[in-house]
Amino acid sequence: MSAGRRVLLVGGLVLAALGMLYGLHYAIFVEHQTLDRMGGSLTQAFVRAAERNPVEANSSVDVYAATKYDYVRQVDIHSHWIGLAMLLMVLGVVFDSVAFSQRARTWIAVALLTGSFVFPLGVILQTVSHGGALASALAILGSATVTIALVAVVWGFSRSAA
Amino acid sequence: MSTQVLSTNIAETFAPMSARRLLIFGGIALIAGGMFFGDIFAVFVLHQNGGQTGQALLAASEAASAGNPLAVEEIFQQIGGLLEDHGTKVDAHVHMTDAGYLALLLALVQPYVALASRRRKLLAGLFITGGLLLPVGIFLIHYVGTAYSPFAVIGWASVLADSAGALLIVVLIAEAYGFWKFLRRTGSGGEPELPADRTWERRTLMSGGALLILLGFVYGAWYAGADLYRHEAREAQILKSMLDAAAGGHGGTVVEVASYGSLAAERAVKIAAHSHVIEFGLLAMLLSFVQPYVSLSDRWKRRWVMMLLAGSIILPVFVLLELNLGLVAGGIADIGGLLVIVALIGMLVGVLRYAGRLDAVSGAAA
Repeated sequence: MSAGRRVLLVGGLVLAALGMLYGLHYAIFVEHQTLDRMGGSLTQAFVRAAERNPVEANSSVDVYAATKYDYVRQVDIHSHWIGLAMLLMVLGVVFDSVAFSQRARTWIAVALLTGSFVFPLGVILQTVSHGGALASALAILGSATVTIALVAVVWGFSRSAA
Repeated sequence: MSTQVLSTNIAETFAPMSARRLLIFGGIALIAGGMFFGDIFAVFVLHQNGGQTGQALLAASEAASAGNPLAVEEIFQQIGGLLEDHGTKVDAHVHMTDAGYLALLLALVQPYVALASRRRKLLAGLFITGGLLLPVGIFLIHYVGTAYSPFAVIGWASVLADSAGALLIVVLIAEAYGFWKFLRRTGSGGEPELPADRTWERRTLMSGGALLILLGFVYGAWYAGADLYRHEAREAQILKSMLDAAAGGHGGTVVEVASYGSLAAERAVKIAAHSHVIEFGLLAMLLSFVQPYVSLSDRWKRRWVMMLLAGSIILPVFVLLELNLGLVAGGIADIGGLLVIVALIGMLVGVLRYAGRLDAVSGAAA
């Protein structure tokens, strides 16, 4: 089995397991509590408005927005890791049809795997510090790496079909 | 009349009761089931649920405006129920479809899993079982709640879903172990390699799928850069205006509630378009491997391929157009989803025909 296929198949299986383990951990220990906090802060905001206390109502909206910011990204990392893992495994099966040199194929596979790991990691790191530049840079770098590597794969397929 | 030739080579890759056969049948069935459920949800639940949530939010802001915190709390309990109803149905749809994708993927990598045939069959059976129980558990969360549960926030349906998810992880780790054995050459490979095939159907599904995924990636990157943060800021801003008006006790929150509903709809359709175009791309690529087992005439095989790709582009494009064209676009998007389901079932029928013919031939030989 070529090095590129090995990288994609092993990497895909590991990434899928990682995404599922994260999802299981999240479902058991985090999700219910997060949803409760989100619902609770929004309810609190309206209750405070009913009590004619707009300052506290607004700060409850801020809590709701911050919790939702985290929630969206926590769900995203689970779905993106598993989705990208499936793509890696599919490409791993047909990777020898990508008409480039063995060395180039290995680099494309490494780029696909690295980007697939780093992109969701950057997304989840955004929850550590909201709007953090490093986390956003990682997410952008990861997604750009995956997209460029996928363009290379499509190009390689088209070269083999020609 | 089928043009598929039952060559010994292909037949070996699709042995009766093999792990691959179980994963292919189970995988396609899970995907078709998950998509059918998604279509039913989109037609009969999604818009109605959104409308009820909007009405409840309006009632909550009016109760706040009237200075009635008790009524607010009561209405938010109702909103929580509506959101849970919506969320668990979306999750059931996504998890059933994705479990099907993973099952098809595992069918592809069986040649590289160096485990005994009996163990691979057991793992395949466990995976399909987990893939079915996980969405069933998620679906039941809204209806079972925390009845008879010893936990404060986790009900029995969640326990079922989490256990099924754990089962899927265990199977995946066992498959990874088999793959590791294969790489270290401490065990022989599993099933024979898939037949090499360069038919029109396979090439079209493979390249069409890759293009759909690329399209989804580019759109997702654009959404994250242009809309995600803007939407998040706008949501907080709308809520604050709504609450400022309510706290002033002079009503007039209808416009804010409507803006909130529009924002929620815009966000939902953009995320749905992104995820569906990628998922359909992946599905097309996965189904390209199944084509040698589709025992139908070339004409019908091509029809299903074209129908699948057409539905795969119609659904996300018209989901996006819902913002401008409303329910008409929504209806066309649902038809797109239906096209994918019909094509999928058409291919499944072809695979069943293939399996039946193969078993009949091997039965006669015995």
